[in-house]
Amino acid sequence: MRLNITHKTTYSYDRPVHYALLQLRMTPRSAAGQKVLNWSTTLEGATSQVTYDDHFRNVTELIEMDAGSSAVSITCQGEVEVENLNGVIGMGTGLAPLWLFLQQTPATVPGPTIRKIAQQVKKATEASQLDGMHQLSGAIADAVTYRTGMTLSTTPAEDAASEGQGVCQDHAQIMIAAARHLGLPARYVSGYLLMDEVVDQEASHAWAEVWIEGLGWVGFDVSNAVCPDDRYVRVALGRDYGEAAPVHGLRQGNATEELCVSLQVQQ
Amino acid sequence: MLGRTAGGLFWMFRYLERSENTARLLETGFRIALTGAQDSDDSEWESIVSTAGVRPAYVAKFDDDFDQATVINYLLRDRDNPSSVMSCIEAARSNARMVRTALSSEVWEAVNEAWMTLKDQMKRPVSMKNLAEVLTSIRQHSSLVRGALHGTMLRNDIFDFARLGTYIERADNTSRILDIKYYVLLPSAAYVGSSMDNAQWETILRSVSAFRSFRWLNEGEVTPMAIADFMILDKRMPRSLAFCHSKIVGNLSYLNHDADPELPCLTQASQIHARLSGRDIDSVFDEGLHEFLKSAIADTGRLAAQIQEDFRFYG
Amino acid sequence: MTERRFFDEMALQGGDPRVPYADYARWFSNEDPKSLLKKSAEAETFFRRIGITFNVYGQKDADERLIPFDIVPRIISASEWRVLEKGIDQRVRALNAFLADIYNKQEILKAGRLPEHIISRNAAFLPQMIGMTPPGGVYTHIVGTDLVRTGENEFYVLEDNARTPSGVSYMLENRETMLQMFPELFTKMKVRPVSSYPAELRRSLGECAPPNFDGTKPAVAVLTPGIHNSAYFEHSFLADHMGAELVEASDLRVVDGRVQMRTTRGYKALDVIYRRVDDEYLDPLTFNPDSLLGVPGIMDAYRAGNITIANAPGTGIADDKALYSYMPDIVEFYTGEKAILQNVPTWRCSEEESLKYVLDNLADLVVKEVHGSGGYGMLVGPAASKKELKAFEAKLRARPDNYVAQPTLALSTVPIMTKAGLAPRHVDLRPFVLVSPKRVHITAGGLTRVALKEGSLVVNSSQGGGTKDTWVLGD
Repeated sequence: MRLNITHKTTYSYDRPVHYALLQLRMTPRSAAGQKVLNWSTTLEGATSQVTYDDHFRNVTELIEMDAGSSAVSITCQGEVEVENLNGVIGMGTGLAPLWLFLQQTPATVPGPTIRKIAQQVKKATEASQLDGMHQLSGAIADAVTYRTGMTLSTTPAEDAASEGQGVCQDHAQIMIAAARHLGLPARYVSGYLLMDEVVDQEASHAWAEVWIEGLGWVGFDVSNAVCPDDRYVRVALGRDYGEAAPVHGLRQGNATEELCVSLQVQQ
Repeated sequence: MLGRTAGGLFWMFRYLERSENTARLLETGFRIALTGAQDSDDSEWESIVSTAGVRPAYVAKFDDDFDQATVINYLLRDRDNPSSVMSCIEAARSNARMVRTALSSEVWEAVNEAWMTLKDQMKRPVSMKNLAEVLTSIRQHSSLVRGALHGTMLRNDIFDFARLGTYIERADNTSRILDIKYYVLLPSAAYVGSSMDNAQWETILRSVSAFRSFRWLNEGEVTPMAIADFMILDKRMPRSLAFCHSKIVGNLSYLNHDADPELPCLTQASQIHARLSGRDIDSVFDEGLHEFLKSAIADTGRLAAQIQEDFRFYG
Repeated sequence: MTERRFFDEMALQGGDPRVPYADYARWFSNEDPKSLLKKSAEAETFFRRIGITFNVYGQKDADERLIPFDIVPRIISASEWRVLEKGIDQRVRALNAFLADIYNKQEILKAGRLPEHIISRNAAFLPQMIGMTPPGGVYTHIVGTDLVRTGENEFYVLEDNARTPSGVSYMLENRETMLQMFPELFTKMKVRPVSSYPAELRRSLGECAPPNFDGTKPAVAVLTPGIHNSAYFEHSFLADHMGAELVEASDLRVVDGRVQMRTTRGYKALDVIYRRVDDEYLDPLTFNPDSLLGVPGIMDAYRAGNITIANAPGTGIADDKALYSYMPDIVEFYTGEKAILQNVPTWRCSEEESLKYVLDNLADLVVKEVHGSGGYGMLVGPAASKKELKAFEAKLRARPDNYVAQPTLALSTVPIMTKAGLAPRHVDLRPFVLVSPKRVHITAGGLTRVALKEGSLVVNSSQGGGTKDTWVLGD
């Protein structure tokens, strides 16, 4: 399937910004199951500094906000040919060792709620890692209702789990936390999803990938209760949201920030 | 050169100059106390504190007690007083440490040794009895630093920033001393022969090391107008405003190189300098001495800020 | 504890001095001890005046302190040095190959020669360095290999210091002082010079410049945390003697994709940064967001290949003491040769059997924290009281994987000048090594640290150690 994506992110400030740097992880690369046909990033109110592959081979671009401007917008546009792998990404080609994805980060350290969820699927996982993870995905979806506006991008997995509400980011981080707790390497993926009947979306998507013996990396989209297929485009990955976030920045001064996203994913 | 290094040099020499200015005021107080022309109350020491520009902080700490020993130690070694000799030496040395790679080893060692020696000498309160010795030591160490600067440093940007710091501080100091005492120079208050005024005039002249040179140039003819003229407009006098600002223009011209357009700080400095050249002291008094000095202090402050910006001291 | 015999490098107690010290001993016997003691005092004044001081951590208002200097040189013969040089060269090449491997394919883990947990639990491992090959392929550009001696031909490596070895300014100033105080000695003896170190450092760093640097001479700067850092003197000393700019984070910014410094006339690009700021504080955008000592975006410019950072971030994994115990295997794995320099036998307390041995023999061992440095948090068994041993045992049992243990080495002694004449004190040696894609350069000499307290085996300056000039004799 060929997906056409236009993603515009705008940050506006109530006063001119003196100095700000942003790391963008918004460019997908051709990899198992996806081929990037064309892709471009256009900046307004900011200037590109460098582009490089980070430690997870995410295409990363450092941009600096133009001094004195009070808004920056980033427009990504491109076409990606996607293939349905039923969520199985495979053994991967990166250099990051598997053990790295077994280590919890501050955002994924499990507390009682996540440990309890993990416990429910422990037996099943011991019998079959794949079955266990499917059950885990279902258990998380049951325990944590999808609801926007209840969590922040900085909310740790355990907090979202104990609140019982969250968005795709929270679902992914909870899945990662629980999988690692059960001894399976897991990672966070940010990307795009073609939705049924909906063109204009409010935010980009995120899901989890877990390392299943014999299969390699397998994706689990808790929020949609499926394994990623040819409607999904993988953009960046990391040990948690922070490492794979589309935008990570640092800004001097105390201007108030407002975020506006416009995203269209269509065939 | 790094902007921060330029700033460090500028401030290192401002602080060194300031330490000398404070020491000189102490010397003035000491001298007047010794000659004992006045009743031996503490009013002269109070006047010294005022001239040093630290009266509010002093009063906040000691109320109105201008006891000789208290004043001496406040001006010499009190860390709560940012203008005390020791505070200034500390700050100068700290800046020197920061810009050490820009200094000749002679200059660095001279500053470091000044700091070590003076810190030792001022470990305990300094009494009237050993004040002279400490003041001599301060003067000697300042001379060593200045000598090392002139004798061992290349005449390049580094030297220019060092001199800029010195002259900006000095111009500021001279105009502040005059402004604090301006009323004793006003014609209405100047009835010749009053011993109070003579003492005040002496304080002013001594606090800029100009007592003897002034008398020598004016052959004993001491009038307030002549004193003001000497300290504001006389280009022979190394602490006069005219002298300082002509040097500042010189150093900034070197630093400007071929900048086109000319750096704003050089334009400002040239304007200040032009205002001081080719005018006589009458016109200053016509303008109003206090008003004139107030704007001179503000001009120097603005110029310092412009220098800091043009040469990117802080970003 | 029974009286132990220590190897004295001058052979003070025997009849004739050992050969390397023969000329010195002859000269010494004709000197007046009183005037030598006077020179000792002069040396201190000299150090204070030029400001070779260090600030002690955790003592904010403390005076800047001097590291005591002893005027008796530590002398190493040409043939002894040749062996050390060869061993250090081998070890440093292995270290770089190891770091390159760990941040790329991790062959040594896959080959089972190093347990995975030694890396996965190593706090200094930086994921952000994965897949990163620094310009020129060099990870640890400046190394200070700590050596100790226990006999005529017995040298051991104590620590590798691949992260940020300090003390080189003392090596240089100690020599400068000796040259001023005893010029005649240097005419009598062929002592190899150390003074070219700053120029060598500059050259070595320049050879590591990014491939795309556009000048004819790479722009090099030393990055310091500032005047309050304990090693600030050394930072400014090295910048000064290299003819490099001494910069703080506030001077630097990423401009046009390159790390640039703010000069009085605008921004100027750098090619190589010799940084004396720890990894964690290097870049608030990538690491600790609260760091004020770092340059936002420097890691991005680094990964893009636009700047060289020396030493590379993440080299600290090699300073870990659990990893140290595998160094003989590491040397062999990457060089195909047996290690020339010996490792001190090390018990990893994380292993049950080792822990049992360590607990049973605590009074004879030195126990160190795996991530510790500077002599802090360690136990010297033979010097510890019963109470101290008891307390340490509890710590060991609580967190065994935090510790390794080594036998108490019979560190060699070299005499120091005391009021009662020459007296033996224990020493170690830190030679300084420079690595570029073209060569490994080892300065003939180094920093000899000496435990000034009689009988003490702890040479760290923070624990009452002093320094000596180190003489490597020419052929």
